[in-house]
Amino acid sequence: MKIKLLTLALGAAAVATVGTSASAATLDDVKAKGFMQCGVSTGVPGFAFTDDNGDWQGFDPALCRAVAAAIFGDANAVKFTPTTGKTRFTALASGEVDMLARNTTETFSRDVDLKFTFAPVNYYDGQGFMVRKSLGVTSALNLSGATICIQTGTTTELNLADYFNTNNMTYEPVPIETNAEAQEKYLANACDVYTTDASGLAATRGSFEKPDEHMLLPEIISKEPLAPLSRHGDDQWADIIKWVRNVLVIAEEKGVTAANADEISKSSKDKEVLRMLGTLDDFGSKLGLPKSWGMDAIKAGGNYAEIFNRYIGPDTPIALARGLNALPGDGGLLYAAPLR
Amino acid sequence: MTVASDFADEAEPFRISQLIYDKRYRSYTIQVVTIMMFMLAVAWLVNNVVENFRELGKDFSFSFLFDAASYDINQRLIDYSSDSPHWRAAVVGILNTLVVAVLGCIFATVIGVAVGVARLSKNWLVSRLMTIYIEGLRNVPVLLWILLASTAFSAILPSPRQAVPLLGGGFVPTNRGFYLPAPVFESGAMFLGILFLASLVAAWIFKRWAAARQQATGEILPVLWIRLGIIIVPTFLMYFILGMPIGLELPELKGFNFQGGLYVRNSFMALWLALSLYTGAFIAENVRAGIQAISHGQTEAASSLGLPASRTMNLVVLPQALRIIIPPLISQYLNLTKNSSLAIAVGYMDITGTLGGITLNQTGREMETLLLVMLFYLVVSLLISAAMNIYNSSVALKER
Amino acid sequence: MKKDIAYVATEMLPELPAPVNTHGPIAWMRANLFSTTRDSVLTILFTVVVLLALYKLLPWLLIDSVFLADSLRNCREIDTGGCFAVVVSRFNQLIFGFYPPQLYWRPILTFVLMFVAFAPLLHDNLPRKMLWFTAVYPLLAYWMLWGGAIWGPLLILAMVAGVYFVYQYASKTLSAGLSLLAALAFVVVWLLFIQTNLSDAITSTIGFVGLEPIESDKFGGFLITFVIGVTGIVASLPIGIVLALGRGSDMPTVKMICVGFIEFIRGVPLITLLFVASTLLNYFLPPGTNFDLILRVIIMVTLFAAAYMAEVIRGGLAALPRGQYEAADALGLNYWQGTQLIVLPQALKISIPGIVNTFIGLFKDTTLVSIIGLLDPIGIMQPIRSTAEWNGIVWELPIFVGLVFFIFCFTMSRYSMYFERKLDTGHRN
Repeated sequence: MKIKLLTLALGAAAVATVGTSASAATLDDVKAKGFMQCGVSTGVPGFAFTDDNGDWQGFDPALCRAVAAAIFGDANAVKFTPTTGKTRFTALASGEVDMLARNTTETFSRDVDLKFTFAPVNYYDGQGFMVRKSLGVTSALNLSGATICIQTGTTTELNLADYFNTNNMTYEPVPIETNAEAQEKYLANACDVYTTDASGLAATRGSFEKPDEHMLLPEIISKEPLAPLSRHGDDQWADIIKWVRNVLVIAEEKGVTAANADEISKSSKDKEVLRMLGTLDDFGSKLGLPKSWGMDAIKAGGNYAEIFNRYIGPDTPIALARGLNALPGDGGLLYAAPLR
Repeated sequence: MTVASDFADEAEPFRISQLIYDKRYRSYTIQVVTIMMFMLAVAWLVNNVVENFRELGKDFSFSFLFDAASYDINQRLIDYSSDSPHWRAAVVGILNTLVVAVLGCIFATVIGVAVGVARLSKNWLVSRLMTIYIEGLRNVPVLLWILLASTAFSAILPSPRQAVPLLGGGFVPTNRGFYLPAPVFESGAMFLGILFLASLVAAWIFKRWAAARQQATGEILPVLWIRLGIIIVPTFLMYFILGMPIGLELPELKGFNFQGGLYVRNSFMALWLALSLYTGAFIAENVRAGIQAISHGQTEAASSLGLPASRTMNLVVLPQALRIIIPPLISQYLNLTKNSSLAIAVGYMDITGTLGGITLNQTGREMETLLLVMLFYLVVSLLISAAMNIYNSSVALKER
Repeated sequence: MKKDIAYVATEMLPELPAPVNTHGPIAWMRANLFSTTRDSVLTILFTVVVLLALYKLLPWLLIDSVFLADSLRNCREIDTGGCFAVVVSRFNQLIFGFYPPQLYWRPILTFVLMFVAFAPLLHDNLPRKMLWFTAVYPLLAYWMLWGGAIWGPLLILAMVAGVYFVYQYASKTLSAGLSLLAALAFVVVWLLFIQTNLSDAITSTIGFVGLEPIESDKFGGFLITFVIGVTGIVASLPIGIVLALGRGSDMPTVKMICVGFIEFIRGVPLITLLFVASTLLNYFLPPGTNFDLILRVIIMVTLFAAAYMAEVIRGGLAALPRGQYEAADALGLNYWQGTQLIVLPQALKISIPGIVNTFIGLFKDTTLVSIIGLLDPIGIMQPIRSTAEWNGIVWELPIFVGLVFFIFCFTMSRYSMYFERKLDTGHRN
């Protein structure tokens, strides 16, 4: 009898111990897993899409790859989780993904209420409208009474409500979940207007069979600074994302590319470049990363300009101009804090 | 006091092991252990939530319900704008859920009864077609039907600019929705309404009188026609006397869309139609089973009493069949109400779309919003089951 | 017999055929299609409707449709009808999702073996030894689908054997309920402390023996439907039995907990439970625990199915004649023995049609996972439609998916009706 009571007690003790495994810092978790989990969108041409092999490519996944490369020296040590406007924040908050690199606007409530830490902006955007040319509309102010397709769970939904409210116009919202669905509805003429970030509109329009029949209206009704983000409370992890983003921008500034990084790391006299590429000082270990972190991040997909031009630049069907996303010297806002 | 129990008391004072081995006490032991384990499990879950929330720096509060929702909802039965608070958005959602559920239940019942009776038709073609309808609808997921209905509307119907108004401009099907004429009430409409209600009361009184008269004399009056006359004729006459106080507003193409009239969005139509057709197939089976369960002897007994076929159905078969049909019918209503949450697949703004959808996203309060959504459905379900229980006990066969 | 009456026929006249209007197709039509005016009107009306529908649909569906093409544009060039080429070219994705093509044999074999595993449960004339395979099948299926080292599943088998011995040993002195508790404690200890450590130890000493591991996010199409549906229904059976017994229990607290659980789950739509799986479940687990969406969905679907299962089994328990319970008591069996040996075997057998119906419902309901982003047959339509080749496809995919669902569900419902009839004749008295 005593022995049996003992077993029972053991069992109870076992049940009690289940709850005590504490969570480690994100970086340790990621290193233990051997890969990083990155949340991307379900598909916006140029920004995030799957290639023929089912691998995620695009402007956003490229940043994830750079971060993974900085940690592991391997740009493929990353798994992508497609998230909708709706599921992205819960996926991040619940720890399903370690970072979000998905056209996500930095806002006060997301930062403060939802408790996320935003890295510096990696794409400056604004909300625009796409219409058929045949409608004869030339300004967003003519849109009163229009039926508008809009992705739910995004800031665009709120901007739209504000914009029409301020201008005393009415509209008929058609809520949809994904970009693909919006495209389908818009092309079937089930809505007159599709509104989302101007970059997304340009990208979507670029994938149409006859892009010329559609146009973007001149009004940009909001600021949409798109930035990668992570959970509040893990500053080391947030720093890693922030500085990988900065490194990609600094690399463009200094003309370091995936191809010439090795050579420059030996030849350059610029202290910042040398620190970035790990030749001078060990900034990596301060972040908990290998010394070659900056070099690895750049070699994963090139500097900011290379990534931009490969996926969404003027030579792609999406054909976005650098605009605000150029370096300050070229009239843009893309700025990186000095690496020192 | 018996000898036996004295003996037991002396020989066996209460021992701890009796809690396990004695049947008299064991049930208490098991219950206490169960409660403890249950509480432990709940405490564990709650503790996890608290810890997770602390780690993420979240709190648990419903104050967000009073912040401005700042999003727009297309179909709203009460006043709502993007400045309204989140709770008002939730109420809009609840009303939308109830609208589609109630209209769905009504239409599903109509389809179900018609198809269920037709399935038993002696006409080979009719009964075969009804079987195909029932089996075809029942064996394909309702979500697929909802999506198909939605695609059908947006793919087949023309866009507003190409739309062809039907029925003299009163009915315009477009790939965004259906425009119907809306009633416009002018002065005098109120009086007309009162008159109509009064006629309803009069018709009811007449029915009671006719029934009493039939009981007393056996004379059967053409109740249906007379009642219809009582209800319709005075209102109809008064309508013209008052100079047609209730007019119709027809939809007109203005700008991007039709304006005026009643606008029924395709999201609603798709959901309503798919849910009704799907649930209707199940109800048809219940109706058929109910009718078939009534023994043939009942019909024969009715004929031998000299009742004509229509009265046999109305007075003998249906009242008995209803007792069998109604409980599963109500659980079908319950299913339809719960399935209406699939509205989210076609963008119909029901409670899952507003509170459990956009509000959840914009505020990031998954726990609170989902709890409220579940609570709403739970209350509706419990109300419907309560109604069913009351009905069941009221019609239970009172034997011996 | 008077032979001299010449006008009396001595032989039977040959039978004449019945009048034309009482047999043959015309008579049949008169009886079944045109027996009354109303019938005739209905018949003609419906015939016109059916012919019209066929006239409109058939060319699109069969005659002008295209089954071989590499894009929608190509389809339109070939013919005007439906472009079912999309189904042909994406068939593998619709069935298996992104499961590696060279490993398709694994899900296929698992699917075939499923019938072998279910057979002895549904037909009593099969050898009872097959039940051993049924018992092992869940582990086997898990291992075949997800792959990985064989050691894990083998150790679980060892654990099951261990549980058996613990239970046997304990029940010699303890009551059945307590022995069950002891066995449960053993399971917990094993899973927490022994399972992974031992399996790692074996892998490091002997090496990796097993199948190539496949991640959950490679699962899609009907594979997901089957994995979630079948796992949900199998795992919900034991929980459903416990809940049903608990609901019928005369201990008020036990009964209350069970009724509360059942009514809660049955009162909310499945989609809200799936939202819980996708957004909330992680909050209910210790910080840092995380597992993939499919597993979370399976957990919620299992709980969902368990509530419905409990009601089905409760029906089975209620249908059992009172005499069976009394007979068990009269034999001196205690509650567990009586339930185990007399009540459950009969109640479960009566419940089989209900269980199959629950399964059909669950099978259809698995499509809801597309709403939370899993690529089941409905979810996978979206990525297929947004590729450049098939952009603009509307009807073909849902028609195919609906047809497959129809075939499975219809077959199962016919089977359950057949089973109902089979059981019916056996027990009517």
